[in-house]
Amino acid sequence: MSNSLSLPRETLLKLYTTMLKIRQFEERVAGLLTGQPEIICPVHLYTGQEAVATGVCANLRDDDYVFSTHRSHGHYIAKGGDLKALMAELFGKATGCSGGRGGSMHLAAPEIGLPGSSAIVGGTVPLAVGTALASVMQEKDSVSVAFFGDGAVNEGVWYESLNFASLRKLPVVFVCENNLYSTHMPIALTLANTDIYKKAAMFDMPGVRVDGNDVVAVFKAARKAIRAARQGKGPSLLECMTYRWHGHVGPNYDLDKGLRNEQEVKQWIERCPVKRFEESLLTSGIISSAEKQNLYKLVDDEIESALKFARESPYPEKDTVLEHVFSL
Amino acid sequence: MRSITYAEAINEALAQKIESDRSVFLIGQGVTSPWYVGTTTTGLLQKFGPERIIDTPVSENAVTGAAVGAALAGMRPVIVHPRMDFMYYAMDQIVNHAANWSYMFCGKVKVPVVFWGIINRGGEQAAQHSQAIHAIFAHVPGLKVVMPSTPYDAKGLLISAIEDDNPVVFVDDRWLYSQAGDVPSEMYSVPLGRAVIREKGSDITIVAASYMAVEAEQAVKELEKQGIDAELIDLRTVKPLDEKTLAGSVQKTGRLVVADSGWRTGGFAAEVAATITEKFFSCLRSPVARVTLPDAPAPASRALEKAYYPGAADIVNAARKLVNK
Repeated sequence: MSNSLSLPRETLLKLYTTMLKIRQFEERVAGLLTGQPEIICPVHLYTGQEAVATGVCANLRDDDYVFSTHRSHGHYIAKGGDLKALMAELFGKATGCSGGRGGSMHLAAPEIGLPGSSAIVGGTVPLAVGTALASVMQEKDSVSVAFFGDGAVNEGVWYESLNFASLRKLPVVFVCENNLYSTHMPIALTLANTDIYKKAAMFDMPGVRVDGNDVVAVFKAARKAIRAARQGKGPSLLECMTYRWHGHVGPNYDLDKGLRNEQEVKQWIERCPVKRFEESLLTSGIISSAEKQNLYKLVDDEIESALKFARESPYPEKDTVLEHVFSL
Repeated sequence: MRSITYAEAINEALAQKIESDRSVFLIGQGVTSPWYVGTTTTGLLQKFGPERIIDTPVSENAVTGAAVGAALAGMRPVIVHPRMDFMYYAMDQIVNHAANWSYMFCGKVKVPVVFWGIINRGGEQAAQHSQAIHAIFAHVPGLKVVMPSTPYDAKGLLISAIEDDNPVVFVDDRWLYSQAGDVPSEMYSVPLGRAVIREKGSDITIVAASYMAVEAEQAVKELEKQGIDAELIDLRTVKPLDEKTLAGSVQKTGRLVVADSGWRTGGFAAEVAATITEKFFSCLRSPVARVTLPDAPAPASRALEKAYYPGAADIVNAARKLVNK
């Protein structure tokens, strides 16, 4: 593992806890999607990519903006979103973070810098440029982060957005989660040049590729990019190499459909970002196995109480279906 | 009261809002150009500087998205598309994002952005520089659509659009830019969603918006000469539609001609006609007539344009048929 763990213990524990929270949450949700599913809305699980959202968001404040995608749970949790409101949203309940109107792909918590996630590939990339533009005009030092997958790099708006952000030296960090697949398509079949980070040079901005399964590496690379943005030095592109364990959508692994081979999935599961970090924390004595077990319990308890909350929450009243088309 | 042009009225609305509210700014292609947007932005750059009068690359999708993003962060941007045709590039941000945002997040996040699109009717500009696509926006939940026809309404509605907490599509037509009219020099607003009766009449109701309201004014005068007493309603806002004013008029006249600057099929005239026949059928003494563009792209040649663009004479003909004169 490339990280030297040369971060304060508090930071390391924070990273570990967040990754654990995402992992345990996603796997609990995966269970709820099978058999007689309690969750009906399309769910794109983040399992395997935890180090990216965690490492980036650990550098952010509540007044920094994060824009997310259809695969949004990890970003929501890493930015500090409430698990009860998240689980309730997946259940389509009135108490969900989007009042049951958004579902898994549309999560918002504006009070902590999550103005909303979008299911349109690449759609939130210009929105992050816009919040960054607003921060400059409002003379705030907030930074905006746009998370997107490798698929989004094939959208025209992506190029337009990076150009405009660089042109105006806006405080935005573009974080590509390269999980090697654009739904069912391996990137070699979608990108003429698969070195996404190198595209930054076209826009005269720094572009860096990091091991997206190494949370400390992501944290440090993001810290540099976010600091630069906050200091008015303009945008950066961060390409995090990672892998989603589950298929594009739902709890399956897309093995039965012949989209990926078992060996590839296994190899990436062996490189599990949570386990790798956990083992290095244990080996270096930063946490004890008792502390680890305690943390799992705390995280699992929080998830179970979120699940209980979601199950017990009411559905939105039918007569509210037309509310909020417009803000009053 | 002083008389100024429609273009000056827009300029004044922008200047007064940008001056009085730190969150308002103008962004889009050609806002610092001497000709892109007529004279509507003349002097704004000198007055407010390049931080708030932002001329942009031809990146409609990203720049519109940036305006939407700025609105999410508490700004009140006006994003201009000097030719509405290019707004198709920005459809994803306008429709998928801005329009859906309030609903998708249960009203937690507001999107106070104005999408300003200019119709460039005629002038041999052909199919890709002349479209009037307000009906497409009116179709989308979460968008309001305004189409002022007078300098007074242009200023007042643009101010209302900027002050509204929702995405508003503000549509004007460059053929209106030289129209002059009385406009107060102070700030005022014209409420969204309210039509106005321009001419009172009893034989037939003519409904129009934007430049077609100007053509309709001429039609009313011509009809008067022919002994037909037409009532003219200028919609001003096409969405939300002021059904009350429409209904009041049709209940009185029993006849309706809708003149719209867009295409016929699935167009805005069809929406007005359907609304009236659905809700006020018993008041109607004749079928509803539409005066619209044909279902064809705009041609270039001036000879073909004459056959393509409807005007006052077409409104007069439609009205005469309905009253059997």
